[in-house]
Amino acid sequence: MAFKFKGVDFIGFDALLNEDERLSRDTARQFIEDNLIPIIEECNREGRFPRELVPQMGELGFFGANLHGYGCAGMSNVEYGLVMQEFERGDSGVRSFVSVQSALVMYPIFTFGSDEQKDYWLPLLAKGEKLGCFGLTEPDFGSNPGGMRTRARKVGDEYVLNGEKMWITSGTISDVAVIWAKVEDEDDRVRGFLVETDRPGFSAYDVHGKWSLRASVTSGLSLQDVHVPAKNLMPGTGGLKSPLMCLNQARYGISWGAIGAAMSCYDTALQYSLLRKQFRDQPIASHQLVQEKLTWMISEISKAQLLSLQVGRMKDEGKVSFEHISMAKRNNVWMALECARMARDILGGNGITDDYPIMRHMMNLESVKTYEGTHDIHTLIIGQSVTGIPAY
Amino acid sequence: MKILVCIKQVPQKDAPLKLNESGTWIREDVSYEVNEPDAYALEEALRQKEKHGGEVVVITAGPARSQQVLREALAKGADRAIHLEDDKFVQLDSTNTARAIAAAVAEENFDLIVTGLQSDDFGAAQTGVLLAEILGLPHATIIIGIEKTDSGLHLKRELEAGHYQYVDLPTPAVLTIQSGINKLRYASLIGIKQAKNKPLRKVAWAEVEPKLSKNLQQIERLYVPVKQKKTEMIDGPAAEVARKVTEYLKNTARVI
Repeated sequence: MAFKFKGVDFIGFDALLNEDERLSRDTARQFIEDNLIPIIEECNREGRFPRELVPQMGELGFFGANLHGYGCAGMSNVEYGLVMQEFERGDSGVRSFVSVQSALVMYPIFTFGSDEQKDYWLPLLAKGEKLGCFGLTEPDFGSNPGGMRTRARKVGDEYVLNGEKMWITSGTISDVAVIWAKVEDEDDRVRGFLVETDRPGFSAYDVHGKWSLRASVTSGLSLQDVHVPAKNLMPGTGGLKSPLMCLNQARYGISWGAIGAAMSCYDTALQYSLLRKQFRDQPIASHQLVQEKLTWMISEISKAQLLSLQVGRMKDEGKVSFEHISMAKRNNVWMALECARMARDILGGNGITDDYPIMRHMMNLESVKTYEGTHDIHTLIIGQSVTGIPAY
Repeated sequence: MKILVCIKQVPQKDAPLKLNESGTWIREDVSYEVNEPDAYALEEALRQKEKHGGEVVVITAGPARSQQVLREALAKGADRAIHLEDDKFVQLDSTNTARAIAAAVAEENFDLIVTGLQSDDFGAAQTGVLLAEILGLPHATIIIGIEKTDSGLHLKRELEAGHYQYVDLPTPAVLTIQSGINKLRYASLIGIKQAKNKPLRKVAWAEVEPKLSKNLQQIERLYVPVKQKKTEMIDGPAAEVARKVTEYLKNTARVI
């Protein structure tokens, strides 16, 4: 059976956090321990999103936690990050759901929306009474969203939307979709629309056969002559920069989330290695090769914590740039995936089964490596930042 | 009801403990948390307030780090907090801790004072009942049910071997609460933010020192039990060996 998570803090990291930060982290940790850990392996097996947890998540303020007003908690970015860490310690899919609701739906409405849009949607989304999704990626346009084919055409007081979106978290369970489309009479400028999912012409279907993020919903969206009132256009959006700002929010949360997944794998491997005995009745933790793996993991986790904390502090001070967030996302997801593989190795055959969370994290992290800017795209973002030369 | 909840910050249950240099207590560099029975006492106080109205005040005695348990209580819904803040409070025995708390709340008239039945670290189970004695209030221990009545409180106590006892107490009273009396709530993220604006009164050592005396109890030495593996072989005829084994079990090991 899986071990009870003991927390990971090698370098006295907690001393760098203030009381509110620790308390937010501890609240999220306890919530996940009590409510998600007991059911997550079953959810993962069944490919089931634990929707029953949504009302309590809303009540505790986990949605849009770093937004101010509209029933949101008004957390700092570091507090928000620590909450994401704890959610992903539970499961990347469930963390993805919260990320999408918070960073990709509530954040754009908060940042680009009209007062009417904010007043209506944000309190409902904060409570979890309404769910949202984010439609940017298309079947043929992932890393290059600027090539999108989805179009919006102004007809009288309405916009008519046509296009296909793909790899959309929460698509089929959403009440509202943030749809990014090129507006024909604005010279194909990318704008964002709030599309209620019950509008005629809008349909969503689940992606089946996923080997990753099985506890969250992944969908495709189809928009065929979907009419929305002109007031559904988010007035503050303009150009590809708008959705990329949203992704920046989400990527920041992912950089923390990945630490959580890595902590889960490391803690499991550490506890297992102290119990499992081989050769002369000694725990495998006494073997040099096992210690090397544990050392690698705890070193990388500690470095990742410091990286995310610094990026979070800069974000709170309004000094962060997207390339900083790219570094945190790229580094931390990579190290988490490596941790999952090493931890699996330490558990041997036991690491394969869902008696332990490692294989689930490993498969989840393959998605996390790709979404919200692939590992390679973040390499190019950092590369451009240091050389001044774009290499896409 | 105006309710006081006494809360202690204790080392986390899973934390690996190291002894301090003098071998009288543990080193400070561990993670801390709310004493579990105190968390249930707080939850019960919040529920009573939700039912009957009033105010919930939380108090702790300990160094700066122990403010964390007050913040958590405020985030969960307590109205204000009192912090007896000094490193020296850690060394107090139960009697002096109770005296310090009594001194700090001398000006207040609480209808009810609740605390966990014991602490997860010392486990003395004394502070609550001593506080009742010092304040001259009735008390009941190991409470697993509280019902407010017209004349006071109708209480359910846990006894040994699955037995319960019902008692009625007038208020004001002091109760020590058993873990599991209710289901703990989480501090919501909004609650954590609101806690910042709630009053937290600090009480210095000097303010309560006149009420304290020399500790009646003191830890002389704390140590990790030394593992011993000694095997003694007894040779000789079977009857003789059996006699020696019996003698050993009777007189030395004292198990028969």
